[in-house]
Amino acid sequence: MSAGTYSPAPGAAPLWRMIGTQAALETRMLLRNGEQLLLTVVIPTLLLVLFSSVDVVELGGGARVDFLTPGILALAVLSTAFTGQAIATGFERRYGVLKRLGVSPLPRWGLMAAKTCSVLVVEALQVMLLTVVALALGWSPHGDPVAVALLLLLGTAAFSGLGLLLAGTVRAEATLAAANLIFVLLLVGGGVVVPLDRFPDGVQSVLGLLPISVLSDGLREVLQHGAGVPWGGLGVLAAWAVAGLAAAAAFFKWE
Amino acid sequence: MGSGGALEVAGLVKRYGSRTAVDGLDLSVPHGTVTAVLGPNGAGKTTTVETCEGYRRPDAGTVRVLGLDPVAQASRLRPRIGVMLQSGGVYSGARAEEMLAHMAGLYANPLPVDSLVGTLGLESCGRTPYRRLSGGQQQRLSLAMAVVGRPELVFLDEPTAGLDPQARRATWELVRALRSDGVTVVLTTHHMDEAEELADDVVIIDDGRIVAGGSPDELCRGGAENSLRFTGRPGLDLASLLKALPDNSAAAELVPGGYRVTGTVDPQLLATVTSWCAQNGVMPDRISVERRTLEDVFLELTGKELRS
Repeated sequence: MSAGTYSPAPGAAPLWRMIGTQAALETRMLLRNGEQLLLTVVIPTLLLVLFSSVDVVELGGGARVDFLTPGILALAVLSTAFTGQAIATGFERRYGVLKRLGVSPLPRWGLMAAKTCSVLVVEALQVMLLTVVALALGWSPHGDPVAVALLLLLGTAAFSGLGLLLAGTVRAEATLAAANLIFVLLLVGGGVVVPLDRFPDGVQSVLGLLPISVLSDGLREVLQHGAGVPWGGLGVLAAWAVAGLAAAAAFFKWE
Repeated sequence: MGSGGALEVAGLVKRYGSRTAVDGLDLSVPHGTVTAVLGPNGAGKTTTVETCEGYRRPDAGTVRVLGLDPVAQASRLRPRIGVMLQSGGVYSGARAEEMLAHMAGLYANPLPVDSLVGTLGLESCGRTPYRRLSGGQQQRLSLAMAVVGRPELVFLDEPTAGLDPQARRATWELVRALRSDGVTVVLTTHHMDEAEELADDVVIIDDGRIVAGGSPDELCRGGAENSLRFTGRPGLDLASLLKALPDNSAAAELVPGGYRVTGTVDPQLLATVTSWCAQNGVMPDRISVERRTLEDVFLELTGKELRS
């Protein structure tokens, strides 16, 4: 390089460009990670195909795929917004990525906005894929797409808050273990593939307040039964989102 | 201490619990110079630099970087500085060029990524993800990330730790190029030769305090004298030698037949010693003049080896 190459010419890129490039990078990192893809793509798709074609769990009347698809969509949101985001962010914290970006021109809220965008992009890809698979399996969705979108967005906010809280407070290895364990527990106990009414009454009422149960039931009400906007469920998800995001904002450690 | 330097630190104190990592440190770095912060592990180098970068809030004292408070005015400062962390800072699945291009995208007038990749020999990283790059490749990527935004001031924390000699020279060349293009550089190191090669000013830190500062030449000249050594037959009459030498000189037989003269070792003193030897029929075998290195200065000031 010739003289003057490094002459200072400092300045931040426009905010929209910083957030855009950050979101693009975050998305590429998520899609390039094999374990993440297992979690976000392979497992939901396999569960959908397996449980709709084989009578593993008695799902009551109607086509199994009509019961399963809303639950699997909720699981997809859980896998990306909670499990995937928690693990990725935990390791970014561990390896100093968050620290390094913290002294770049990108503000912290910009980084969080970029992460949210990339989660939404991955979710959109998941929803498209699962919709195609479900339709191929004979799924007949009902209801208001706006209600579905609201549920997915508030579910994403709720899971993101909890995922970031986990990633920002415990070690990366512990985050990895906990996020996967919670994924499995919620898969079983969150009304995703096993209807909640199979659990004893007391357990059921607790499980029913989990964000995953609220999301899968809400989606089921709309997509399977054609219900209107489930304000109650949205309210519970909003409460989880506010609590989770506030706790994450308060306790998140960047280094 | 002036007030218009690129970096002005006054009375900086930083504690972690009961341990005081930085204890009343003053530092002034003029624009466009290279300053090396030298010290053993745990001396407080990284804490000092990271406080300047805005990662930590001082417990006492003030820090001004390009005239700005690095915590309170962080958003104005960040676009103007470049930072190389001691380790990490890159997504484990990212490729070197991809990460560098990403960083470039966060700045208004970044350097061309291709040529920076060439300058630092990062082409060899290819499509390998960061986690599988060698330590040297990771270091060079981190350096590239620090300069890609065309900053006014760069902080390099141990920029050549673990580099092979060739990569080390490439890094040194880059630092020199930055300096000649008017970029201010603050680097930490525990390589004496690096400080001697690169720095306009060297600051030696031990236990969170500055124990010495100045240009490498000043530091090596100041304080204790240089020395001259020679060997001859044992039991020479050093008293007569001392009579011939200037007042501030000293002479000692360290081992039988092994002599050391300390003082202002200049051509005159060398001539005096050799002519005294000639008069006494002594052949001064293995005569050598030893100049102090920063390593000696450091040992003298702190009683510690740098790389302990």
